[in-house]
Amino acid sequence: MITLNINGEPHPFASPLSIEQLLARLELADRRVAVEKNGAIVPKSQHGQVLAQDGDALEIVVAVGGG
Amino acid sequence: MDSLFIAGKAYSSRLLVGTGKYKDFDQTRLAIETSGAEIVTVAIRRTNIGQDPSQPSLLDAVPPSKYTYLPNTAGCYTAEDAIRTLRLARELLDGHDLVKLEVLGDPQSLYPNVVETLQAAEVLVKEGFKVMVYTSDDPIVARRLEDIGCVAVMPLASLIGSGMGILNPWNLEIILARLTVPVIVDAGVGTASDAAIAMELGCDAVLMNTAIAGAKNPLLMASAMKKAVQAGREAFLAGRMAKKVYQASPSSPTSGIIGS
Repeated sequence: MITLNINGEPHPFASPLSIEQLLARLELADRRVAVEKNGAIVPKSQHGQVLAQDGDALEIVVAVGGG
Repeated sequence: MDSLFIAGKAYSSRLLVGTGKYKDFDQTRLAIETSGAEIVTVAIRRTNIGQDPSQPSLLDAVPPSKYTYLPNTAGCYTAEDAIRTLRLARELLDGHDLVKLEVLGDPQSLYPNVVETLQAAEVLVKEGFKVMVYTSDDPIVARRLEDIGCVAVMPLASLIGSGMGILNPWNLEIILARLTVPVIVDAGVGTASDAAIAMELGCDAVLMNTAIAGAKNPLLMASAMKKAVQAGREAFLAGRMAKKVYQASPSSPTSGIIGS
């Protein structure tokens, strides 16, 4: 069991997984999002390779209405 | 053609609008279309984990293929948070590097924290961002932001969302006289005459959100703002007549009056 801190909330997962797998699990695969892991951007081109591991802090953001 | 140039790109509209505070995405889309704006600000926020993936998104209502997105750092109170937010925005928008930097001082006034803003601007410009920066109407800070390499400086007219209009035209005039990059009034416009005054002063453009979204009829106000910005710009280019204090001047011939 691992815990990922996603957007400030703890989420349990069975084992480490790639960012691509994580987005699919969160039903965000088809959404336009950007991902930051432990303060550093994870480029889209690396979503398949970069692993989210126990204790990682992830930010997943979208564009919303704003002024 | 009287184009607005920002970071080397020409725009025909001098009205920039926000995409927040509308009733729904339909109203957002229609208001922006009516305003004629080409550049629209958007916010970057955490996605709701577990939300329905088929929910409509802003990107459908206001497609980035049709508008120039200006991701902002609204809600950031430190240079660090603002820099992180814009790095995420650049990743989100496939390398798009035109951004709106704003670092706020406190949640009551939403007044810009110029110390943090200057720090963030330095870093972002070095990282290749084209930074349009929200700031106070302090001419010294405005000039410093231009010197750092910001592509547009955007002083407030009054507090964000206040609709108080242009409280200090004198400071705006000092800023306009000293800067060469576009000066865009950002925040505080309440109604059409405020936008016209900003443009008559010589501002290059006006950025607003609440003035349109917060009107009783947002679409009608979007139309009014489009005209006000155009009217103000034309009046500025036309060059107003000199003010003659306490001295009237008749518009009709002074001779040939009957009975004389």
